[in-house]
Amino acid sequence: MRDAFVKKLNEKAADDPNIMLLVGDLGFGVVADFGDTYPKQFLNCGVAEQSMVGIAAGMAASGRRPFVYSIANFPTLRPLEQIRNDICYHGLSVTIVSVGAGLAYGSLGYTHHAVEDISILRSLPGMRVFSPADALECNAAVDEILATPGPAYLRLGKNREPLVNPTQPDLSRGEPILIRDGSDVTLIAAGPIITQALEVAENLVASGVSVRVVSCPVIKPLNAEAIRSVAEGTVGIVTLEEHTILGGFGSAVLEGFAVRGWRTPILPLGLEDAATHIMGSQEWIRERAGLATPYVQQRVATFAEENA
Amino acid sequence: MQSIELARRARISALTMCSTSGASHIGAALSVIDILAVLYGHVADVAPHRTDDPARDIVLVSKGHSASGVYAVLAHAGYLPLEWLDDYYLDGSHLGGHVTAHGNPGVELSTGALGHALPFGVGRALTDKLDGVDRRVFVVLSDGECAEGSNWEAALMAAHHSLGNVTVVIDRNRLQILGRTEDVLGLEPFADKWRAFGWEVDEIDGHDHVQLTEALRVRSDRPRAIVANTTKGKGVDFMEDKVEWHTLVPTADHLALALAQLQTNTTEVQA
Repeated sequence: MRDAFVKKLNEKAADDPNIMLLVGDLGFGVVADFGDTYPKQFLNCGVAEQSMVGIAAGMAASGRRPFVYSIANFPTLRPLEQIRNDICYHGLSVTIVSVGAGLAYGSLGYTHHAVEDISILRSLPGMRVFSPADALECNAAVDEILATPGPAYLRLGKNREPLVNPTQPDLSRGEPILIRDGSDVTLIAAGPIITQALEVAENLVASGVSVRVVSCPVIKPLNAEAIRSVAEGTVGIVTLEEHTILGGFGSAVLEGFAVRGWRTPILPLGLEDAATHIMGSQEWIRERAGLATPYVQQRVATFAEENA
Repeated sequence: MQSIELARRARISALTMCSTSGASHIGAALSVIDILAVLYGHVADVAPHRTDDPARDIVLVSKGHSASGVYAVLAHAGYLPLEWLDDYYLDGSHLGGHVTAHGNPGVELSTGALGHALPFGVGRALTDKLDGVDRRVFVVLSDGECAEGSNWEAALMAAHHSLGNVTVVIDRNRLQILGRTEDVLGLEPFADKWRAFGWEVDEIDGHDHVQLTEALRVRSDRPRAIVANTTKGKGVDFMEDKVEWHTLVPTADHLALALAQLQTNTTEVQA
């Protein structure tokens, strides 16, 4: 997905000289091509994220369209006040891009796990939040970000995520995307963890539970109406995200439904409120954190049964 | 208007604004007013009718808590309606207790949290350099806020890219909320720190409009830091160099005493 992002930005930068790629000295083997192709649109700000985000805001105030690129929490939590005050307070068109959503950098430890970013970024005024599931959704998110002015956050996986979309979707209305139809329960994932949602759906066929799998790459502004529509005819919604259960995508859906008085049963699945002290791959930590397929599968089946 | 008269009027307004509304930070405002009066008065290439001109110089005030002084200078220089000063800090005002850009011509960046304006200014200056635009970016910092690491991150960046279009002015009044800067978290050797970061440094009297003007007008191929030695509370004898006037609100009696000093003090040499 990160390669898709840089490739997409390369294409966009050819037409728009205002596009800038700012990196915090990360992206070895990923961003060099962009810098070589567009030396005047590329800036390595060094290991200095607060300065980098402030610089991006200054460039945006001068008419540029900066994308600030780093990994994990580095472009979000470290310069959070710069994002809030310099970008959002001034409504500037800066896009924060973080590679390594959730536990993608599992073995590098909790310092490198992006598991609170959705909660925190979506609480900032005017900040749009995109969590694409595959390269095609990533490309669509970049198109949508550039089509509309204002701050944005793009939460990317790492690389080689399987494609779940046949073609590039249109994200201009923030609608969720039906990936696999089913009739009993709707399982909506935000981000690359959609692959597990598809495994769950496949595995539950044998148990007679028909799971509708939906991808929701636009977390803010959340299109609650479209989410309700896509779940129509099923008993309720299970949300799935590789992110803390506190304030993330599931919370956004719950809020969206609650403020409208909709009583659709919703079960949010994500990481518990705990720092991860175990070391291991993304899959390994998912398993221990209760986000592996068998666990999700059991929760979805129980939810479907209880709300039938 | 001469910058000295601009500063005198701004001091009177800032004192009145803080006293009337119950706002803090008068010491910091009085400390920085001469720097701002010289910048907006005759150094920065910007004017009330050109606040949207893409070629204008950019003035960023990082010490957002000196808002009363910033707004007073801007109003007396013609950027903001003078009557806006009357409800400073009060319900529904245009003007809050920290520098706010929204709806306020001449204010380029909302500040209040410290350590934000220099990175932002470096971003503007880098863009100008890429575009070959020859305008200047001035960033006014407090000395206390130089404890914020973001300033030094941006200082590295400005030097690395030889941003001669960036000039920082540090309001070096040596006081912060709880004490002297050198007692709270020492900055000295302060000028040498900027030099070590690759900046060209001047040390001047930050209340002397001639020295300020000369130092601010110097252009270089490197970023410049002007350490402007100032006195917190400048212009009101019982506030000068007193730590408490960062926080205290002048009473009506304080205000009367202060205004008496400023209203008689019109015989200084004009810049």
